[in-house]
Amino acid sequence: MTFHQPTGSMPQSALLSASGVAKSFTMHLRGGIRLPVVEDVGFALHPGECLVLGGPSGVGKSSILRMVYGNYAIDGGQILVRNRRTGELDDLGGGDPRLILDLRRDSIGYVSQFLRAVPRVSALDIVAEPLISRGTDPDEARERATALLDRLHLPSALFGLPPATFSGGEKQRVNIARGFITDHPVLLLDEPTASLDAANRDVVIALIKEKLQAGTGVLGIFHDQPVRDAVVTRTIDVSSFSARKKIEAVTEPSSERHGSSQQTSASLQEEQFRGPQR
Amino acid sequence: MTLPSYNFAYLDEQTKRMIRRAILKAIAIPGYQVPFASREMPMPYGWGTGGVQVTAAILGPDDVLKVIDQGADDTTNAVSIRSFFAKTAGVATTTRMPDATIVQTRHRIPETPLKAGQIIVYQVPIPEPLRFLEPRETETRLMHGLEEYGLVHVKLYEDIAQHGHIATTYAYPVKVEDRYVMDPSPIPKFDNPKMHNSPALQLFGAGREKRIYALPPFTKVVSLDFEDHPFSVQRFDAPCALCNARGVYLDEVVTDDRGGRMFVCSDTDHCETRRAEGHSPEPAAHDVTETV
Amino acid sequence: MTTSPILSVRALEKRYGTFIGCTDVSFDLWPGEVLAIVGESGSGKTTLLNCISGRLDRSSGQVLYRMRDGRFPDLDDLSEAERRFLMRTDWGFVHQNPADGLRMRVSAGANVGERLMAVGERHYGEIRHTATEWLSRVEIAAERIDDQPVAFSGGMRQRLQIARNLVTRPRLIFMDEPTGGLDVSVQARVLDLLRSLVSELDLAVIIVTHDLAVARLLSQRMIVMKSGRVVESGLTDRVLDDPRHPYTQLLVASIPES
Repeated sequence: MTFHQPTGSMPQSALLSASGVAKSFTMHLRGGIRLPVVEDVGFALHPGECLVLGGPSGVGKSSILRMVYGNYAIDGGQILVRNRRTGELDDLGGGDPRLILDLRRDSIGYVSQFLRAVPRVSALDIVAEPLISRGTDPDEARERATALLDRLHLPSALFGLPPATFSGGEKQRVNIARGFITDHPVLLLDEPTASLDAANRDVVIALIKEKLQAGTGVLGIFHDQPVRDAVVTRTIDVSSFSARKKIEAVTEPSSERHGSSQQTSASLQEEQFRGPQR
Repeated sequence: MTLPSYNFAYLDEQTKRMIRRAILKAIAIPGYQVPFASREMPMPYGWGTGGVQVTAAILGPDDVLKVIDQGADDTTNAVSIRSFFAKTAGVATTTRMPDATIVQTRHRIPETPLKAGQIIVYQVPIPEPLRFLEPRETETRLMHGLEEYGLVHVKLYEDIAQHGHIATTYAYPVKVEDRYVMDPSPIPKFDNPKMHNSPALQLFGAGREKRIYALPPFTKVVSLDFEDHPFSVQRFDAPCALCNARGVYLDEVVTDDRGGRMFVCSDTDHCETRRAEGHSPEPAAHDVTETV
Repeated sequence: MTTSPILSVRALEKRYGTFIGCTDVSFDLWPGEVLAIVGESGSGKTTLLNCISGRLDRSSGQVLYRMRDGRFPDLDDLSEAERRFLMRTDWGFVHQNPADGLRMRVSAGANVGERLMAVGERHYGEIRHTATEWLSRVEIAAERIDDQPVAFSGGMRQRLQIARNLVTRPRLIFMDEPTGGLDVSVQARVLDLLRSLVSELDLAVIIVTHDLAVARLLSQRMIVMKSGRVVESGLTDRVLDDPRHPYTQLLVASIPES
């Protein structure tokens, strides 16, 4: 593993900084081909800043979020996250599971595109759970969860039900509420408004702005132009990190969907690429 | 009358010696089940083959033997074992407690307290108190070795859960000298307190299961229980219909085919002795009921 | 976050003659942490679990356990009595088949109460009270307390087994495919129950499963085994989202999309 020095200009205040980060997938089921995704990724995220990962689909934006959250291991470089408890920068990119769990608990939050539904747990408890697990009184946590779900216009009749049967938009609002209820200093957002109507989109914009106001650093992917325009402070073009174009001509892999003529191995490959969304 | 073709007390000397060694070990570790090489006896299992072997091993020419079955001297099992030893060892036999030096018993401890110098031999069908919940002998041995006795209380718990009280009335488990949990053989729990601190030596023999265990004189024997369901013995609210004795264990005797019955001493020797002393039933003492 | 592990496994090996049950296994487990051991049948995961929990003698290696008094001995250095005491107080073992972990002919209440009686509880009323409480925690109606597990459904039996294990407030639980024998609908309920009890009681858990969805739901960290060896380990999300070893990639790719 090569170590890159954090890019010198990084101010002491950064909540998150990536430098020299490289990521590729080696697909053993496809004869061991190596699929580079990104290389030499470098950026810093500061309090109150909304850094938007831009660039075309498939260029590696979601991969970067997953690396920053520890779901993807990196091949090289550093991902430093400011540990809220110690104030130190910890190298999440090193992959130490316990460090990652520690950082996720207090320092870095993530709102994925999809709610990972837990069987039988009610929407309200799913939203309140991150608070309760951090020691908040369960009643208070549920009160705050109720307030947040109300604000996102989730019908209160649904609060007590497990979200498995909810519509896409309802699930997404539960997911957003769960992600926004805590006060992690770093918040990662992966297309949080993808399946929302205009009214709820505005609520999410307001929520993001409140977070920024409070000093949270937001790193996000927003395909939704109006949302992006409303919250963005800075944009990084992820294409500049992309390692993929260079080999595409050789192996023809793509993170975009293949035509249906490509059967099992292709879809397998794609799953490898995206990581299973479960 | 001794037939010359038999060894004294039927068993050969080597066998008796082996059994005595087991008995000595059992006395040294009160409540511990000592395995022994149980022999085939000229009687079926369940008829006291264990007790008979123990008695044969400790019997001397000067002993006076009493044999009871459910407290009675005159039932088949008692009569046949008594005549067996009269025949094979030529020892004196008796039905009277004070005269006996060795008492072999099935399912009772006599009402007359045992005294120093006497030996009581219990016939034991299943010596392992943990057997009902743990079928593996390897495991029960380990449990005894490590004093893991939670299971015994599981059984008592089940009793209370099902019947509202500890419904085990015989073979009621005891703890010996705060160490081994022991099955006292199927004596009624009424007799359990008699084992505690008895001046007599108590020996237990299980022929089919090949185990011998013992309580030396003056051994602490505690019946297991729960704090809120303490051990208690059966109580009878009327005296013996024949000798008017109270505080003794009574048997129900059906007297006719119209529901007539009476409760009389299970210990026949005790009852006869009392009647000989002039005790007689109270005028209206028939048709009593048992309460537990 | 506690800094000292509750369990340390070092270079653990189990051989059956020349055949390798598992070898070169090392990991630490911290209080409150759920570790999943995954792999296909025959990969050595149950052998590993049994070696760690002392149900099987290991061939070599160390298994160190943090006792309540802070000592950190190798389990082999404990006396049999101490080990067995640990097993029925500080540890739990949830079997795939509830019949292996329950007394099927003893009432539910006594099944839960047995561990209490084993550590010297001698008050019937209190034992029953505690048993009732635990039955309700695992969603078994109080009026079933005197029924035997033979009269219970598979899911109920498994929940009863869980209650029986947790009643002494253990700190470390071993689970061998705890939902393996259950219908999917019943599985979800048991899983959810396990999930909430584990976090509520801050249990350290080692769970053996071939079901990656179960591992995802319950565990924070994961060990992937193949042919008795650990081929990959790490954060559960990472192992499942970005599997690196060919075998893990195969496992992950074999999950049907639902």
